[in-house]
Amino acid sequence: MTSFNLSAAELRGLLISVLLFAAAGAVPLIADGYPLQIGISIVMYTALATSWLLFSGPTNYIALSTAAFFGIGMYTAAGGIDLVPYPLLIVAAGIAGAALAAVVGLATLRVSGVYFVIFSLGLAELVRQIMTWLQHVLGTMSGLYVTIERSEPMYYWQLLLLAAVIFLVGWWIGRSRLGFALRIIGNDELVAVHCGINTARAKVVLFVISSTFASIGGALVAPRWGYVEPVVAFSPFVSFQVVIMALLGGTHRLWGPLLGVIPFVLIWELISIYFPNQTTLLLGVCFLLIVYVIPNGLVGLIEDATKRRRKDAPAPAAEAALPLDIAASAAVQPAVGADKK
Amino acid sequence: MLSPATSEALIATGVSKRFGGLVAVDNMSFKLAEREVLGLIGPNGSGKTTMMNLISGALKATSGEISVYGQVVTGTGASNVARKGIARTFQLVRMLPTMTALENVAAGGVFGHARRWGKELDDYAHALLERVGLPNAAGAPVLALTYIDQKRVELARALASEPKILLLDEWLAGLNPTELKIGIALIERLRTDGCTIIIVEHVMHAIRSLCDRCIVMNSGAKIAEGTPAEVLADHGVIRAYLGDENA
Repeated sequence: MTSFNLSAAELRGLLISVLLFAAAGAVPLIADGYPLQIGISIVMYTALATSWLLFSGPTNYIALSTAAFFGIGMYTAAGGIDLVPYPLLIVAAGIAGAALAAVVGLATLRVSGVYFVIFSLGLAELVRQIMTWLQHVLGTMSGLYVTIERSEPMYYWQLLLLAAVIFLVGWWIGRSRLGFALRIIGNDELVAVHCGINTARAKVVLFVISSTFASIGGALVAPRWGYVEPVVAFSPFVSFQVVIMALLGGTHRLWGPLLGVIPFVLIWELISIYFPNQTTLLLGVCFLLIVYVIPNGLVGLIEDATKRRRKDAPAPAAEAALPLDIAASAAVQPAVGADKK
Repeated sequence: MLSPATSEALIATGVSKRFGGLVAVDNMSFKLAEREVLGLIGPNGSGKTTMMNLISGALKATSGEISVYGQVVTGTGASNVARKGIARTFQLVRMLPTMTALENVAAGGVFGHARRWGKELDDYAHALLERVGLPNAAGAPVLALTYIDQKRVELARALASEPKILLLDEWLAGLNPTELKIGIALIERLRTDGCTIIIVEHVMHAIRSLCDRCIVMNSGAKIAEGTPAEVLADHGVIRAYLGDENA
């Protein structure tokens, strides 16, 4: 615990963040067309991956449910676009995502590790099937049109603002009791319980916050896609890409995902252009490479490098970096019975 | 020396725990007075740790009732029991590996019985590290600490909530003779500070020197109760530990 008060380093970090966001905000003024498209991808995935990190980073629960909430947000926007003003729909998308996350969280966050991973993956698929069925029953088309006029820079700025809000919330959580509780839970859930932490509540609250942002993200990009259908809105690709980007960047720092998003979006552009039929395969290869070669992400590499440069650095804290593989997160909470003789 | 009748810190009434057909704790009833140090001893597999898990709420009793200062805590869950003022250490030391020693200690003082935050927490955690003999370990990654030092950190974490009752589950196990002396001295100091403690321990000379009273368990049930000297001379106790021919 370096300090609980706002230190000079934190102030500096905050100032740098503000400057970076201001600089990022100027991008649409100098770029348009294809570069701006890539910019939009980057801010969108930054928002999604960072919101993913809010929950999965400290708890070590690998959530593969981003697509479920992203899709819910899209459908909220698409379904209500002819009835309600768009800004209200963005709020509604957040509420819908929060409600789904609360229900799902209460039902599943008592189980830990692998069970949660599998459930979170199944959730997107479940919601997708329900949407497909609903549209079939209602007799509409296989998708919905979202017809409002928005310029590309507008999408960019909206998503950038969302990312900024997520960063602020993440920073605030990191300094709060809730953030401390989640770090303890991620380390050892049994210890957390005996420290007096209501672990179920803490996890649900964070899951709701994280999912709300993913839903809002979905609502923000829905008009850009124009036409929303279940296969696209709830694509498991989104969930996996978000996890891979966050892992590539590193999950023990709030700004970790950002470092992963930028190179990954660029690499993914190349892959989509040159290997359009092998994307699933290559996504899997990326995942394996990241997990095996840089388990602590780019942040881990950077921190190791700076530590090596500083000769006086104490024993490497890299040992203590979060275990990111799913098996390790499952092992975080061994059965209580294992403790008895 | 003590006046146990004035205030009962903890009362267990007919507490049992079954795992399927196995009765791990069988109808245990006992009282713990304020400022008393109670030893819970018995051969391996006699149900001591299960009893500790029942008190701390890690396990739910099949039947019976445990109350802390008059409030029933059975079935309320471990986090609520912790908030009522029961803190514990673990049989196998449990560190929060990605955190510093100071954060490990602070973890115990935020959400439990006594709650602190900010500078107050920081200062208190520092003071506790000093109290358990680790004044310079605050920033150390806990995995770099020796076993005894990890145990100290764990003890400090338990103390951080200013518990009404402290549960030490084989806190002295695995220490070498020198460390054992340090460990016993540390608990001795807690005792003189007026802590109410339940100790599960196999180190008999520690039991003799630390405990006001002992409860001996065998096969989940209480087979003797009294001062350490009394129970360790008891025929039933010797039989439970060493078998019939030595009794």
